[in-house]
Amino acid sequence: MTGAMLHDVLIGPFAEFAFMRRALVGAIALALSGAPIGVFLMLRRMSLTGDAMAHAILPGAAVGYLFAGLSLTAMTLGGLAAGFTVAILAGAASRATVLREDATMAAFYLLSLALGVTLVSLKGSSIDLLHVLFGSVLALDDSALLLLAGIASVTLVALALLYRPLVLECVDPGFLRTVSRSGPVAHLAFLGLVVLNLVAGFHALGTLLAVGVMMLPAATARLWSADVTIMMAVAILAGVASSVGGLLVSYHFSLPAGPAIILWAGALYLVSLAFGAAGGILAIHFPRRHLEA
Amino acid sequence: MRSRRYVISSLTAIAAMTAVPAFADEPVKAVASFSILADLVKQVGGDRVAVSSLVGPNGDAHVYSPTPADAKSLAAARLVFVNGLGFEGWMDRLVKSSGTRAPVIIATKGVKPIQAKEDHDHDHGHGGSDPHAFQDIGNVKIYVANIRDALAAADPAGREAYEANAAAYLKTLDALESEVKAAIAKIPADRRKIITSHDAFGYFAKAYGVSFIAPKGVSTEAEASAKDVARIIRQVKAEKIPAVFMENIEDRRLSEQIARETGAKIGGALYSDALSPPDGPAATYVDMMRNNIRQFVAALAPGGA
Repeated sequence: MTGAMLHDVLIGPFAEFAFMRRALVGAIALALSGAPIGVFLMLRRMSLTGDAMAHAILPGAAVGYLFAGLSLTAMTLGGLAAGFTVAILAGAASRATVLREDATMAAFYLLSLALGVTLVSLKGSSIDLLHVLFGSVLALDDSALLLLAGIASVTLVALALLYRPLVLECVDPGFLRTVSRSGPVAHLAFLGLVVLNLVAGFHALGTLLAVGVMMLPAATARLWSADVTIMMAVAILAGVASSVGGLLVSYHFSLPAGPAIILWAGALYLVSLAFGAAGGILAIHFPRRHLEA
Repeated sequence: MRSRRYVISSLTAIAAMTAVPAFADEPVKAVASFSILADLVKQVGGDRVAVSSLVGPNGDAHVYSPTPADAKSLAAARLVFVNGLGFEGWMDRLVKSSGTRAPVIIATKGVKPIQAKEDHDHDHGHGGSDPHAFQDIGNVKIYVANIRDALAAADPAGREAYEANAAAYLKTLDALESEVKAAIAKIPADRRKIITSHDAFGYFAKAYGVSFIAPKGVSTEAEASAKDVARIIRQVKAEKIPAVFMENIEDRRLSEQIARETGAKIGGALYSDALSPPDGPAATYVDMMRNNIRQFVAALAPGGA
């Protein structure tokens, strides 16, 4: 392949079209903040929490849409309100009762979902909401991009501030409790960040696929390193690579862009599952002992 | 999503069993699948017919999820009107599951279908023919004749009334058609090009000589790829297409993106598959066509608003 051809395939689409550049910027912003969040979710054994929270957010965004149309503000606020409510109620209920957080989370997100569907039906719109709720990464306008970039910035700063308690709570929650009372606060703040990122992802990819750019790069990263810092770096790289790859595949092969990004992330995950140096199938079952001596 | 619809329609079957068919001296109960067809039935039926629409104003009949109430109204109906040509894919199932004995009248019977625009390699659920026949006023005259005959067959006592209503309405349609043609004639031929987010204007394009280019295929169920969007942007730039139109039932974010990148004008709301609510600009079929043509002229006329 000549240099010019390579340019046409890899750079050309972004150079020619503003909507491709916007999609790329939005997807990279998502990967920058979503991937580290995903790493923490995974390390805290909360990989499925992202999915539960996505379901919790969906009705809030739907109600926002019903009352204000396709308004970025209304759908964002609705999603945030529903997500925070579920996160706080689930956390509070698990601390006040015998139920564990996964059980209370499941209960409250299902409540939120049912309530949302009911409200939507009462309003009597026959528009297929899921159709609207699937965001389009190809149609990001200025305000959507600002929102994505803003959420990414807030998330990265917050993660830097919460880094020590978060890591400690992942590896040794008992120790953290003896030295500090920041555990519950950090936990709640972290759930808030999860909600923020899902809301951001929802504008670009839709609520359900948004979880994909969070969890797939994180799981991929764990297969290459057990070090938290390296994991976050690898996860971000995987997220960015999936964004670029997904958009290019969507451009060249006429595939829907959102799913293409997630499929790329999934492909990276599958490859890592086999070849990952820190816990992949080959690394565990066929260790290269002669190199470890 | 499709499986969810199936679950709902099987639930509706249960609801339908409890419904009691209505008869006798009240108005003839008719059900139409969507708002435009309901309006046509109302125009022909007048006071003798009580028509309800399953998909309401601003609803998208392509991806509609029927409710138990729909099955109930079907079960109570004397006549069921559908567009046909694959427009309401969920309808056959609903009619069966509702257990209605009402005859199902296909309003497009006798309409010459045109092929859905084959957008490169997309595959859509309409089986090739474009169902939006009502965008050509000539076809709507066929709809009206079908409706008139069906109503007269179901309610012979009202035959004269239906024939009179239909004749009057056909005159209105004739006037509407010349109005549309006159309006298009005012737009210079090289500016009769529109990008719209939902490809529902194939019949309108053929009948009145306006080109419509859609970012998506015929059905609203397909998601646009980056390639589709890129092709349209190139085309708008190359052919200097003056306007991008959004519709009442579509995701406007995509049209806005294309308009932003090409500098084409964003037109007002078009109504393609559904009427507006009664207080809106397209409460009836005639209003809908007038609204659309007004929007076209405003965006396409040189130096227009």
